Amino acid sequence: MLQIAPRSSVADVVIIGSGAGGGTVTQVLTELGISVTLLEAGPMLHPSKDFKEHWWPHQTPDRGMGAGGSRYFGKSPYPFGLYDAGYGDWELDGEPYTVAPGDKFRWYRSRIVGGRTNHYGRISLRFADYDFTPHSRDGVGTDWPITYDDLAPYYDKAESFIGVTGSKEGIRSAPDGIFQPCPPPRVHEVLVQRACKQLNIPCIPSRLAVITQPTHGRPACHYCAQCSRGCLTGSNYSASQTQIFPAMKTGRVNLIANAMARELITDSSGKVIAVSYIDKVTRTEKQIKCRAAVVACGACESSRLLLNSKSSRYPNGLANGSGQIGRNLTDSVGYSLSARIPALENLPRHNSDGMGGMHVYVPWWLWEKKDLGFPRGYHIEVGGGFGMPGPGQFHGLCARHEGYGKDLKTYLRSQYGTSVNLAGRGEHVPNPNTYCEIDPAVVDKFGIPVLRFHFQWTDNELKQATHMHETFTAILETMGGTITRAAPKPVEGDGISVGGEIIHELGTVRMGNDPQTSALNKYCQAHETKNLFVADAAPFLSNPDKNPTLTINALAWRTAEYLAEEMRKGDV
Amino acid sequence: MSNNDAVSRRDLLRVAGLSILAGGTLTLAEAQHVHQIAATEGAYRPKALTAHEYRSLSTLADLIIPADEVSPGAVAAGAPAWIDLLASQSSELTNIYTGGIAWLDTEMHRRVGTNFVDAKPSDQIALVDLIAYRKNGTGELAPGVRFLDWARKMVVDGFYSSPLGTKDLGYQGNSAVSKFEVPQEAIDYALQRSPFGK
Repeated sequence: MLQIAPRSSVADVVIIGSGAGGGTVTQVLTELGISVTLLEAGPMLHPSKDFKEHWWPHQTPDRGMGAGGSRYFGKSPYPFGLYDAGYGDWELDGEPYTVAPGDKFRWYRSRIVGGRTNHYGRISLRFADYDFTPHSRDGVGTDWPITYDDLAPYYDKAESFIGVTGSKEGIRSAPDGIFQPCPPPRVHEVLVQRACKQLNIPCIPSRLAVITQPTHGRPACHYCAQCSRGCLTGSNYSASQTQIFPAMKTGRVNLIANAMARELITDSSGKVIAVSYIDKVTRTEKQIKCRAAVVACGACESSRLLLNSKSSRYPNGLANGSGQIGRNLTDSVGYSLSARIPALENLPRHNSDGMGGMHVYVPWWLWEKKDLGFPRGYHIEVGGGFGMPGPGQFHGLCARHEGYGKDLKTYLRSQYGTSVNLAGRGEHVPNPNTYCEIDPAVVDKFGIPVLRFHFQWTDNELKQATHMHETFTAILETMGGTITRAAPKPVEGDGISVGGEIIHELGTVRMGNDPQTSALNKYCQAHETKNLFVADAAPFLSNPDKNPTLTINALAWRTAEYLAEEMRKGDV
Repeated sequence: MSNNDAVSRRDLLRVAGLSILAGGTLTLAEAQHVHQIAATEGAYRPKALTAHEYRSLSTLADLIIPADEVSPGAVAAGAPAWIDLLASQSSELTNIYTGGIAWLDTEMHRRVGTNFVDAKPSDQIALVDLIAYRKNGTGELAPGVRFLDWARKMVVDGFYSSPLGTKDLGYQGNSAVSKFEVPQEAIDYALQRSPFGK
């Protein structure tokens, strides 16, 4: 049943989605005096209740193995570990998606205020200048309608506001930004740095959205390594704590949780006049009128909403005259490799927690090489140290060592903290076989048509993953490790991640200067609908070897300033 | 738990069988955990396993992770109770333990005419010495090898995810510190043992 929301006054701007993009737009618009209505498909976040910072595994009866020990039987009761703050999953009850026969794709969705920023890895990397001109550089992909210089001031603003660690390095593939000091490398990270030095690979201080100095009233990191559980002191970036809750203090935010957007309503002139959403609590459909709408649901969900916003004027979905919505889907190429490092056996015990993530990383270093056999590159993330003990961590060692008793106990003690993991995150070039569309036959429990995914890696990505394997093997062996796993097969799940698994899906509502080939202009404003904007990773033209979140922040900031100016001028 | 304060540390250790730690120290979390164990010691009523099965699992658990000079064993850390709890939520898991323990009993009867738990420690060890290795898993011992693999990983999980196991490993984190530092001694230790040298 349709109900017009009783607060029938017209909202200035409705923002749909409260993650990195929606949070940034909320922050920037409210600072500029504009009132916003923020719709989130999940419930309100209550950090003191929802964040399980400093909890031990034994404080939960199953300790992370799931009811009935389901993890022993191959299930993933906690997809990112016990106490993870994602508040989402690869499958959501009643909200399915489908995958075309023969393809593989996994879609992680969070349903909570702050979205995936409550738990994400906080890796904050600027795209390089050449990442904005992929086609000009090597003939593959499509150039952005903006340059690095267009976005640089917004990277500055985003980094200054949210706080990012790092150091000035002068490496073209990893532009320097406005950094707070990064804590020193852990012992295993010192070894990784030594190995990289021998191999002529740069390994530099991490760039994480974690504050190591008090920033805008937020206390500095207390180094418990639990960023993924959400931070009770707000010392890392999350859209919820860093942007939305502070913005609410302005009195300009009307936050509506449990609101699943269904459709954008347009008038005869083609402007968006209202957002129709399902109030999940009452299971009723409501509408909220608006002067402008910002879609920030996460790339795939944003394209779904636009494709489902059909009208006689827009039969292929809103802002989709180009037919590009849903196309150009990419994820990051993922591959990882671990080894036990003998030099770390029986390492003198100390607190190695630190920030919730690596303290050093490897930026792409071969951007000038043309003979790699694949375009583009990857960065390397480093894992290791004395993590909080929990069930599952010794399964591999038990299988390797076998036996029992004092001998096993002594062995496990000696091996604790000796595992070093290297994970690559590489660029996936858009291809015509990788996209999402509306499944004509399936709806979710709210009656909203769902997405069907098509996903294919190409030789480009498979060869890149093989290169990762060779590089990681070289680094780990240089550290004294032995690689025991067989050379990976070039298939999803072995030699390369399954599409979607790295959760960097983007590109499905792309920007461009030509309305024939893009949905949005260079301000992420719909070519066809001037009061419609997209503020997540959907507008991206490429998915370089940098995690997308910082660029979502910067691009959304730029979009929000543009929107505010257009509203001031009366053009929106 | 208002009578916590009335229970002396010595009482806790005695009840929990932790006299081995007489010279050690317990953190508050560990003391509370020991108290929980102590409160249920002898009175723990297994939810999935029979009393006999639970006693057998406990014997096996302390063989897999025994007390040593660093820490108490798997039973003191509550590993069998944790396994029983998970089994109470899964018939599949329960069957693994009831079947595995029955296999141990049958095999021990064949060898020395008693159940596993009632056999002499030397007889228990003689059997576990065989089933603790995959190389013996092709013939008649195969079910035992398979069961010990389950018991080993779950006892290890139950032990190291407990406060006592966490202390055994020397984990020093899960704290809030104003400055993160890496001891030079630890860096030197690793470098000296690494291919890079000092």
